[in-house]
Amino acid sequence: MANDIIIRFDNVTKTYNSNTTVLKGVSFELERGKFYTLLGPSGCGKTTILRLIAGFDTPTTGDVFINGKRVNDVPANERQVNTVFQDYALFPHLNVFENVAFGLRIKKIKEAEIKVRVAEALNFVNLTGYENREIAEMSGGQRQRVAIARAIVNDPEVILLDEPLSALDLKLRTEMQYELRELQQRLGKTFIFVTHDQEEALAMSDEIFVLNEGNIQQSGTPVDIYDEPINRFVADFIGESNIVNGIMLEDYKVQFAGEVFDCVDGGMKPNEKIDVVIRPEDLHVTTPEAGKIIVRVDTQLFRGVHYELSTYDEDGNEWLVHSLKRAEVGAQVGLDFEPEAIHIMRLNETEEEFDARLEAYTNEV
Amino acid sequence: MKFKSKASLIPYLLWVALFVIAPIGLILYYSMLDLNGDFTLANYQNFFTPAYLTMTLTSFWYAFLITFFTLVISYPTAYFLTKMKHKHLWLMLIIIPSWINLLLKTYAFIGIFGLYGPVNAIIEVFGFDPKQILFTDFSFVFVAVYIFIPFMIIPIFNALDKMNPSLIYASRDLGASAFTTFRRVIFPLTIEGVKSGIQVTFIPALSLFMITRLIAGNKVITLGTAIEQQFLVAQNWGMGSTIAVFLILIMFASMLFTRTKKKGGRA
Repeated sequence: MANDIIIRFDNVTKTYNSNTTVLKGVSFELERGKFYTLLGPSGCGKTTILRLIAGFDTPTTGDVFINGKRVNDVPANERQVNTVFQDYALFPHLNVFENVAFGLRIKKIKEAEIKVRVAEALNFVNLTGYENREIAEMSGGQRQRVAIARAIVNDPEVILLDEPLSALDLKLRTEMQYELRELQQRLGKTFIFVTHDQEEALAMSDEIFVLNEGNIQQSGTPVDIYDEPINRFVADFIGESNIVNGIMLEDYKVQFAGEVFDCVDGGMKPNEKIDVVIRPEDLHVTTPEAGKIIVRVDTQLFRGVHYELSTYDEDGNEWLVHSLKRAEVGAQVGLDFEPEAIHIMRLNETEEEFDARLEAYTNEV
Repeated sequence: MKFKSKASLIPYLLWVALFVIAPIGLILYYSMLDLNGDFTLANYQNFFTPAYLTMTLTSFWYAFLITFFTLVISYPTAYFLTKMKHKHLWLMLIIIPSWINLLLKTYAFIGIFGLYGPVNAIIEVFGFDPKQILFTDFSFVFVAVYIFIPFMIIPIFNALDKMNPSLIYASRDLGASAFTTFRRVIFPLTIEGVKSGIQVTFIPALSLFMITRLIAGNKVITLGTAIEQQFLVAQNWGMGSTIAVFLILIMFASMLFTRTKKKGGRA
């Protein structure tokens, strides 16, 4: 099992210019062959983690391990890691073939083998026949593929992708999401993908690390993170959410919006103050009599697949609702939801405490 | 519209005709006159005698030395300048001396290198006899290199500054050492800056005459000093013009040699 850990961070901090701390004691382990995403707003430290793995930066304190070996002082050119850069960083003085062959030439690999491996890599990214093109003649999407081919041709243990899709237009970006995911599964290599786009993260990853202000807020599968956000930041950053204050009366009983509801969470102190999250798509519009919460529709936007309603309850809490049916603006409606739709977040709970509590009360049941 | 654009060309055409074509034409014309003002090709014959060919070679050799040392000093300087925090300020500090009159700077060196100058004073402190540093080819190359350094640094600095820094990361990431990165990425991408630096150094260095006269005395005779001699001392304008014609030809040749080859897109 320990053998399957490809990258390990042990309490890593990174401080720039002796006063800007971008990583505040980050620890995690990454398994071989999985697709990981580091997700967070700009300045959260996700690119710094990538640079520490690539070897462009050294940790201020703490250790980075690749394949069980401490690599703090190993320079970038001696690491079994290749990067796909945000701006692709293709060499403008070399053509497509020479760009892809760059790493192989450095390793003094025989010309015949270089030809075979470059052809293979270009085939992998559907660029066969583009060998002699100049970089300036390639489109954004094609450059993206050249950059990926240049990384995979070296057969690295880990491929790092630094917001590689951010420069592409929406349609191409969606297309490349599928391609990258498929590529990762075909290659069976560890991909570490950095993005600030939560949809990208949810669509592609085996596991997501949500980062904010130099700390890992939460890690887990896309479904875990979406369904059980640990705090306001994660709930807000991943998808749209309604977050209101509430009180946990006892296990499986929560009070918010002036009512008491059944829920599926537990393990808190009696009468503890908590945050309640309900996703807009878990709220259903019904008659005021049948609804659990009574709200007034304030505005309505047509979003294509659904209508997005902004509604307010009597206490002035905003409830965002994704509804398949039209509603009347200004009308009083009821909102219905399942007990499973209520997600409880304790204030200032760390990921370990969260996991421990989850473990404890699910064992009870 | 078409008429308008043609009319706006007139000042430039006039300028080129008066200040580029006419002087070159005059030089060509004078180069075919003998001392009495009669038509002759004797000057050209003269140029291909060993005396002038040696002079051409000497000019080439010194221009090469000057360009070489200027490049060797300027490239690393430009490279470290781009890494500085206030790089444009530092660049400015290096450029400012080039605003000072060339003659003044040359005279300053006469003072520095002279028998009673500070360099010899230091030599004496270490117990050696003072030496004549002036009027040697060393002092000539030294001063010329000093004069040309800013002109070489600017184009190289611009080329380095323009380069995308993530290319260096990409090269390191793909396994290249710092030296290989320089050889395979940084230098090829800044070669255009180096070429323009060589142009602005080599071509003027070929026809230097003031520094040659003042610093090297009669030790170094180049095409530049030969032209000066022919015009001012020998009063042989025909021969002076002939040398000038060859100098122009050599300049064109060196520009062709260092010209920018457009390949693909911009570097």
